[in-house]
Amino acid sequence: MTTSAAATSQAPAKGRKARLSGPDRLTVALMVGVPTLVVLLLVWGPAIATVLFSFFDWDGYSPFSESPFVGGKFYTEAVTIYPAFWPAIQHNLIWLAVLFLVATPLGMLTAVLIDHEAKFTKFYQTSFYLPVVLSMALVGFIWQLMFSRDQGFINGITGWSIDWYGDSRYNLWAALIATTWRHMGYIMLLYLAGLKGVDQSLREAAKVDGAGERQTFFKVVFPVMAPINIIVLVVTVIESLRAFDLVWVINKGRNGLELISTEVTRNIVGEAQRIGFGSALATIMLLISSVFIVIYLRIVMREDS
Amino acid sequence: MSDKRPWTPARIAIHAFLLVMAVVWLFPLLYALAASLRNYAYTAEHGYLSTGGWTLQNYVNAWETAGFTQKFINSAIITVPAVLLTLLLASCVAFVVARFSWRLNLALLGFFTAANLLPPQALLIPVFKMFQKIEVPFWFSDSGTLLDSYWGLILVNIAFQTGFCAFVLSNYMKTIPKELYESAMVDGASVWRQFWQLTMPLCRPPLAALATLEVTWIYNEFFWATVLLQSGDKYPITSSLNNLRGQFFTDNNLVAAGSLIVAVPTLAIYFALQKQFVSGLTLGATKG
Repeated sequence: MTTSAAATSQAPAKGRKARLSGPDRLTVALMVGVPTLVVLLLVWGPAIATVLFSFFDWDGYSPFSESPFVGGKFYTEAVTIYPAFWPAIQHNLIWLAVLFLVATPLGMLTAVLIDHEAKFTKFYQTSFYLPVVLSMALVGFIWQLMFSRDQGFINGITGWSIDWYGDSRYNLWAALIATTWRHMGYIMLLYLAGLKGVDQSLREAAKVDGAGERQTFFKVVFPVMAPINIIVLVVTVIESLRAFDLVWVINKGRNGLELISTEVTRNIVGEAQRIGFGSALATIMLLISSVFIVIYLRIVMREDS
Repeated sequence: MSDKRPWTPARIAIHAFLLVMAVVWLFPLLYALAASLRNYAYTAEHGYLSTGGWTLQNYVNAWETAGFTQKFINSAIITVPAVLLTLLLASCVAFVVARFSWRLNLALLGFFTAANLLPPQALLIPVFKMFQKIEVPFWFSDSGTLLDSYWGLILVNIAFQTGFCAFVLSNYMKTIPKELYESAMVDGASVWRQFWQLTMPLCRPPLAALATLEVTWIYNEFFWATVLLQSGDKYPITSSLNNLRGQFFTDNNLVAAGSLIVAVPTLAIYFALQKQFVSGLTLGATKG
């Protein structure tokens, strides 16, 4: 992933810092301080506040300090009473499984095939990239033309009258087809970049040693792509956890399309604000994602230094 | 190289597979294009597999129904400052990290890049309540708070995008030889001058790639705009797609025309700046 980074020495830090003049020191402080403050206030602060809110029953209007501590009550409620919780978890897991078992292998396969060929690759790449530049919300609208019950293409040629976006038996799968359409190109792009980075002489050497194409792939190319595999895994997990836009434009994540993200959102911008409960759901999201963020950072930082 | 290889059955199979995939992948867009050019009454009567009823009227109607003139302006009001400020702040962080190799720099990059990966929905509740509580003058936002204001939304976009850009830029800046700075320091150039007149001009390629990506992402951003802007007339274009859906029935030809209008800027960026776009994505690999 880091194509240009020829990381230089990290060593003699102290001397350099000491040489800075007063105004220069102020400049450096501001150059780091301002962006840090923005990210602290709008990302890390809210992340900590989310965890904090989940343990208090705050109505959102009276001072927070007056709100009673309720411990894990909202977590218990989420897993026992809240009807949308387990469906949402299940849908997120299905989402992850489809991206992982369908979109990822497809992206990998097309990347390998395109890398193997030289003819028409521009055309193939463009076809697969185009959905990547569109927003997920827009993808939802473009697939509405396929899935609409009365005017959609699929029902038009099959003569069915299935409401693909509306019927809770089908709508998750319809949404997943639309997601795969976009996600596959992104995965392909990541793998293609990785394959381009495989040293050509390694392949030549394998060929000279009498390795077949399949052997060359599994013994030479695949190992080089290992860091990309992990990055793709992490990106896929995080993308499926933050999936939101598509189901929100379809029906705001109801009736078969519940996701954790839509349930969190519903508890703050919906009719009733349930801050503590929504925060408990959000904290669960944070916990899952932080595991994968740590994995991701460890790979990236190791490569970096 | 492979041009000269013979057309073995295996290669023909590869191309057949790729061609079928490419056609399947292009189909929804081409179908949208075809539908957008059809008269609704005609397709309602004869179906979409018929061949008549061609018209450009859907584009005119979609533009008016969804109020696209205002929505494009709104998108620009949000995207332009957000992208410029993101790149500026990210360059500052990246410069300090790359130029002064402090022990903290990995931690600092971690601080910024991890922020980029957190699910935004998980941070919604505190951000929402905070913006609701922060009062601003009316000339700054007509809602009187940061909630339902452009600047609130711009700030959130900056906070979420800075990490990714800082990471890419610092990797690039580390490749600038230290000797350049040494001689600038001998000439008595301040840190700011080194940054602004030496580093930044050298960083044009990654800045171009990042600008391309960030314009696309912030233009495409849906979640924050939808929840933080409460009045529909402030919505940027991506969040106002729902205007194309009628209350009781939906004219899909109109939806198709509207969708394509919304897609045009990002598709144009992609075709015009393909190299920047792809290199930007592969540089960072954290975003989709």
